[in-house]
Amino acid sequence: MDRLNRFARRIPTWPLYLGALIPPAWYFYAGVSGQLGVDPVKAMEHKIGLLGLQVLIASLCITPLRRYAGLNLIKFRRALGLIAFFYIVLHLLVWIVLDVQIPSQIIADIYKRPYITIGMAAFVLMIPLAATSYNAAIRRLGRNWRRLHWLVYPAVVLGGVHFVMLRKGWQLEPLLYLGGIALLLVLRLPSAARKRSRGVIPQQSRG
Amino acid sequence: QAQDMPKFEIKGFDTTETPNTFEEITNYNNFYEFGTGKDDPARYAGSLTTDPWSVEIDGMVERPGSYGLGDILSKVDIDERIYRFRCVEAWSMVIPWNGFELNQLLDLAGVEPSAKYVRFETLYRPEEMPGQRRPILDWPYVEGLRLDEAMHPLTIMATGLYGQELPNQNGAPLRLVVPWKYGFKSIKSVVKITLTGEQPVNTWKAANHREYGFYSNVNPEVSHPRWSQATERRIGGGVFASRMATVKFNGYEEQVGALYKGMDLSKEY
Repeated sequence: MDRLNRFARRIPTWPLYLGALIPPAWYFYAGVSGQLGVDPVKAMEHKIGLLGLQVLIASLCITPLRRYAGLNLIKFRRALGLIAFFYIVLHLLVWIVLDVQIPSQIIADIYKRPYITIGMAAFVLMIPLAATSYNAAIRRLGRNWRRLHWLVYPAVVLGGVHFVMLRKGWQLEPLLYLGGIALLLVLRLPSAARKRSRGVIPQQSRG
Repeated sequence: QAQDMPKFEIKGFDTTETPNTFEEITNYNNFYEFGTGKDDPARYAGSLTTDPWSVEIDGMVERPGSYGLGDILSKVDIDERIYRFRCVEAWSMVIPWNGFELNQLLDLAGVEPSAKYVRFETLYRPEEMPGQRRPILDWPYVEGLRLDEAMHPLTIMATGLYGQELPNQNGAPLRLVVPWKYGFKSIKSVVKITLTGEQPVNTWKAANHREYGFYSNVNPEVSHPRWSQATERRIGGGVFASRMATVKFNGYEEQVGALYKGMDLSKEY
């Protein structure tokens, strides 16, 4: 594990950002060139949305990986969070520009359709997180930065619920995602309780 | 982007629109018996045995019994019908079906005057239909029509597509097609037809009666609780296609509007 951690420390984070551009670029190219099936807009929308949820979930794996496996990947957490946000923005853009298209219907959908309201709420919760992801904001906000970033928990839960609700009937795949999210949150519970009782905020890591 | 107002006419039974390709029609299907993905039916439906096939017709009929498919086909007139097809999920296609009017099959069995509804059932065969091994819906799939809807000349039992045998993923060997209703009413791979006095409980209504009703007529004015039904995406338009306005009764109002006179379609959805 130490060797893995040493190895992880040597990897820079910039290739992550660069690599993150590949899937959406590929989906777009594949959609336009007819390689995403006969309904490319839905395929793009769903693929990029699912990818956003997956990366967000990956960012939530970092703390339990460190706590339970001793694997320290914390320097990649900000990149994962920002990439997830980037994918969710693209998901929203595909929905607005290519799928629904009609402004009045977009607005009506957001407040009338619960699964869209919920997905939108998840996106809104992620905005302040993305907006305070740079070092100066972390320094300026101090312990409030950590409190603010707890918003990732409601955001990922809402994202998972959005996925469950958009399918017809109770389908297995989105329920597995929601179960995974619940597990990742439960893994945080005991230590969170311990910290609160001691009133200690652990040192913020800046990766 | 403006909504395209649909430019089509229904001439005789056929729409003047260009049909979707065979490729599109056979690779984008909702047939949860084979999985919930749109491409699952094309991938997994090959395993379905469609020969021999028979349809059990029972209930309020003069000649109940098991009707062999070959026997049925020798007694009905197969026709081509280019129908508009609108899914409840707000996408649509134009499909050149081959089939016969359901009223011909019902006449073979002889409908008794007391019958008011027709109940349809899909094959239940989990060893060949992997989706049925999971309780996504209450199998077997059930649909229903009012008798006058079932007897309407637009209502067909399809046996083919583009002049070819109906592919399994599209509901081989025999499926219902009701072009003015959302696609899920057009039940696939039918093995049982029951004439009854009571309104059948269709599978999607049983699963979620707030979202799916018995009638399920295409209606841009009545929203699905989770999305608007005012517009649709025509499959095959590519990435940059505009949405089209959805038309009441999917464009067949002139033919079927009278069936629903005096009904509040926002309540009887």
